[in-house]
Amino acid sequence: MQTNNATIKGFLRPNGKKGIRNTILVAYLVECAHHVCREIAYPFREQGVHVIGFPGCFPNTYAHKMMSRLCNHANVGAVLLVSLGCECFNRNKLLETVQASGRPANLLVIQDQGGTRKTIAEGRAWIEQTLQQLEATPRADMRIDELIVGTICGGSDATSGLTANPAMGRAFDFLIEKNAACIFEETGELIGMEYLMAERAATPELGQELIKAVAKAGRYYGTMGHASISPGNADGGLTTIEEKSLGAYAKSGQSAIHGIIKPGDYPPRGGLYLLDMVPDGEPRFGFPNINDNAEIAELIACGSHLLLFSTGRGSVVGSAISPVIKVCANPKTYARMEDDMDVNAGRMLEVGGEVPSNRNVREGARSLGDSATSTSAGAGGSSASPNKASLDDVGREIYDLILRVSNGEQTKSEALGHQEFILTYKTFEPLGPACLPQAA
Amino acid sequence: MTTDSRVLLLHSEDNVAIASCELPAGTELNVGGATLTLKQRVDIGHKFACKPIAKGAKIYKYHAPIGSATQDIAPGEYVHTHNLTSDYIPTYTFEKGKSFAG
Repeated sequence: MQTNNATIKGFLRPNGKKGIRNTILVAYLVECAHHVCREIAYPFREQGVHVIGFPGCFPNTYAHKMMSRLCNHANVGAVLLVSLGCECFNRNKLLETVQASGRPANLLVIQDQGGTRKTIAEGRAWIEQTLQQLEATPRADMRIDELIVGTICGGSDATSGLTANPAMGRAFDFLIEKNAACIFEETGELIGMEYLMAERAATPELGQELIKAVAKAGRYYGTMGHASISPGNADGGLTTIEEKSLGAYAKSGQSAIHGIIKPGDYPPRGGLYLLDMVPDGEPRFGFPNINDNAEIAELIACGSHLLLFSTGRGSVVGSAISPVIKVCANPKTYARMEDDMDVNAGRMLEVGGEVPSNRNVREGARSLGDSATSTSAGAGGSSASPNKASLDDVGREIYDLILRVSNGEQTKSEALGHQEFILTYKTFEPLGPACLPQAA
Repeated sequence: MTTDSRVLLLHSEDNVAIASCELPAGTELNVGGATLTLKQRVDIGHKFACKPIAKGAKIYKYHAPIGSATQDIAPGEYVHTHNLTSDYIPTYTFEKGKSFAG
């Protein structure tokens, strides 16, 4: 593979970490400062200035950790915090953390600045000056083993688990061979998979933790009375949460599982990690993640430089801070929404009106630990459409695209200006000792 | 043990198979050596019974249970929310409008 030895030109941060983007964040510390942030960022929206924030007025340890990790993310070059002035968020502590990282940082308090108009003017002036300052950000060669990649599925249908998810899992396998850190997520969509997953754990104790994490998700969603499956998933042919889980699980590829992390924890080294995003303790603040973007924000807070996002129904989202690569599972959806999709994994099913070869999907099923018995009646290859691709083909395509995006190529959602972001209340307990085995 | 190339049988012991392209009602298919006729249209990625399934029996896809049958299902019948339910948490649909906390 040509890109095997490729290096990435990263942005070097003072702590030695490297990013693939040089974003300026404008961060509101309560919803009341959101509009002011949007107005500050608007003229610079195509210059890598993104808005994130926490809407709540009450303090929350998880939200503070999330904001701190996001503001100090390797893709972030500078941070402007905007406070209304009376909210509980500990703005000074967050500002100190960002300043300590060596990044340009500033805090504007709307009530002290004298209101909306003055804060916007002050904020825009700071952004203009900081954009110039960031032009001098040092660049450094970045190896693949310095990359952190997260994966998520959204707007899934029955093709997601047959094409895009196994192909992203294959890309994960390629990355992990090179010792990159890869994170898969959403324990609520692994319900039914816990015992298969435990067999892949680096240690038996970690296997038990994986089973416990999924059991926690089952209890939590059970209390909510609603599984992580939507009417759109059902229209797309997914009938039950178990069936959705089978497909979602394929995103993890076939590597050993090296550990469990929680939102805001960085993978300690290369390998495959499960992000346990379901809050600990009694359900308190509603659904664990109210939508896909809440999950993306958590994957980024764990250090993800970029995200692989599979969709069958056709999600259009991107994200603030880290680029999102959209892998479309369904060939019909790809044909309808090509402008939003980076990879057409549905080619694995594509029959071009003719008969398909089943070879590739058989491989897809194997990535779930099964041996499928589907056999093509004829020589599948000869009747395949010219677009047709194998699981390996699409896995390589995704891997190569990861390297190009890391080197600055814009993803479709980036080019379209998608910068979705959401952060809500949660509570977590610290990781147990078996979650990150040293030997893994 | 041949299977029509428009069909994915993900495991030999599965009792549902997957349409790899849109298949109209009445399509005759060979699945795992047996012949069946689709009773309804089955869209890409959706599933149909390839063996008789009794009410209450587990439904297997990828050699893993994805829930239980809520009625007897004959080979060739479309399998979805009308005849399959989760063994964990029920699926919300607009039609059923199942209420949930919050």
